[in-house]
Amino acid sequence: MKPLSVVVTSVCDLFAWFMIVFGVYVINNGHNTPGGGFQGGAIVATFLSFMLVAYGGKRFWAWVHEGVYGFLEFVGLVAFFVFGCLGFPNSFFYNSVSIPEGGKVLSEWLPYSGTISLMNVAVGFEVVGALSLVVIYMYGSLRMIDTGAGMGGERGHDRFDR
Amino acid sequence: MKKTIFIAAAIVLGGLLCEMFEAIHPFGIPVNTEMDDYILVHALSDRSAQNVVTSMVFDFRGFDTLGEAAVLFTALSSVGALFRDGGKRE
Amino acid sequence: MTDSIVKTTSDFAGNAAYVVVALLVIMALYSILTQKNLIKICIGIAVLGSSVNFFLVLLGYRQGGIPIYYLGGAEKAMVLPTPQCLTLTAIVIALATTALMLSLVILIHKHYGTMNVDEIRRLRG
Repeated sequence: MKPLSVVVTSVCDLFAWFMIVFGVYVINNGHNTPGGGFQGGAIVATFLSFMLVAYGGKRFWAWVHEGVYGFLEFVGLVAFFVFGCLGFPNSFFYNSVSIPEGGKVLSEWLPYSGTISLMNVAVGFEVVGALSLVVIYMYGSLRMIDTGAGMGGERGHDRFDR
Repeated sequence: MKKTIFIAAAIVLGGLLCEMFEAIHPFGIPVNTEMDDYILVHALSDRSAQNVVTSMVFDFRGFDTLGEAAVLFTALSSVGALFRDGGKRE
Repeated sequence: MTDSIVKTTSDFAGNAAYVVVALLVIMALYSILTQKNLIKICIGIAVLGSSVNFFLVLLGYRQGGIPIYYLGGAEKAMVLPTPQCLTLTAIVIALATTALMLSLVILIHKHYGTMNVDEIRRLRG
C-alpha cells in the first residue's frame, strides 16, 4: 500500500493523536457518559488503520510492534478476569468494591463505581489489542500473498503450486 | 427466472414477518418491565454508575461480557492462525 | 396517555418500525441468496445482523422514553436497558465474526483466484 498525499499525512500528524486521547476519554468515563470499554477501544484501534492508510505499508511495518498489542490483549483479559474474581465472597462478578450512596470510602484511588470503571479500562485494553492485531494480521496477509509465502492450508492444488 | 422466484418468496416472507410482528407487543409499550425498572432504579444508588447500560454490561450481566471477551479473543486467534507466518513453505 | 396515542393510530402505522426490520431482513436475504460475489454475501450477512440488533433495540423502546444515559435513578420514563446491553454484546460479536469471515474470503481468493461462488464450487486439482 502506497502512502497517500501530503494532505492526508499532515492531517494524520495533527489529528490522530487527538483520536487516541478521545478514545481514552471515552474509556475512562464509561461509567458516567455514553461509551465504555468496547466503544473507546474501537476508537483507539482506528488509529492504526489511519496510520496505515496515510503512511503506507513501509512506515507501518517500521512503526508497529505486534508484541505490544498482544501484551495489551493479554493484560486486558487477565485484568478483566481478576476484577471479576474481586467479588468472590458473594459471587463471581459481584461488584463488592463499589461505593454506594452514603457508603464509606475505602480508598481514594478506587473509583466510586468500583469494578465497573476498572473493567472498562481492562476491556478497553483488550479491544485495542484485538482490533489492532486484526488490522495487522489482515494487512500482513496481503504481504504474504504478494510474496507467495506459506499460509498453511492444503498442499498440491494451490494456484501457486503449479 | 431466479429473481421472480425470489420476489415471490420475499413477498410471502415479508407478509409472514409482518404477521409475526403483529403478535408481539405494540411498539412503545413493552410488557414485563419489572427487571428493567429494578435496574434503572438501583444502578445509581447501589453501584454509583450513572450510565445504566455500562453498569448492566459490567456488573449485572458481567458473565455475558466475559463470554463476549472470549469470543473476541477466539476470533482474533482464528485470524492469527489463518494468516500465521509459521509455515515458511516447509 | 400512552394508551390513547397507540389506540388512535392504526396497527400498521403504530408498528411501522417493525416493518422496517422486515424490509432489512428481506434485503439482506436477497443479497445473501442471489449475489455471486463473496464480499456482497458478507455485506448481506452484516446487514442481517444489524437488522436483528435494530429489532432488539426496538423491542425495548418505551413510549415517550428518554435516552438511558446520564440520568440513572428513580426514573421510570427511560427506555429498557436490557436490550441495549445485549445489543452491545451482539455488535462486538458481529464485528469479530465479520473479521473472521473477511479473512476466510482473503484465503479463498488466494486459493482459487476468484470470488465468484460458481467458480469456487468446482473442484480443483
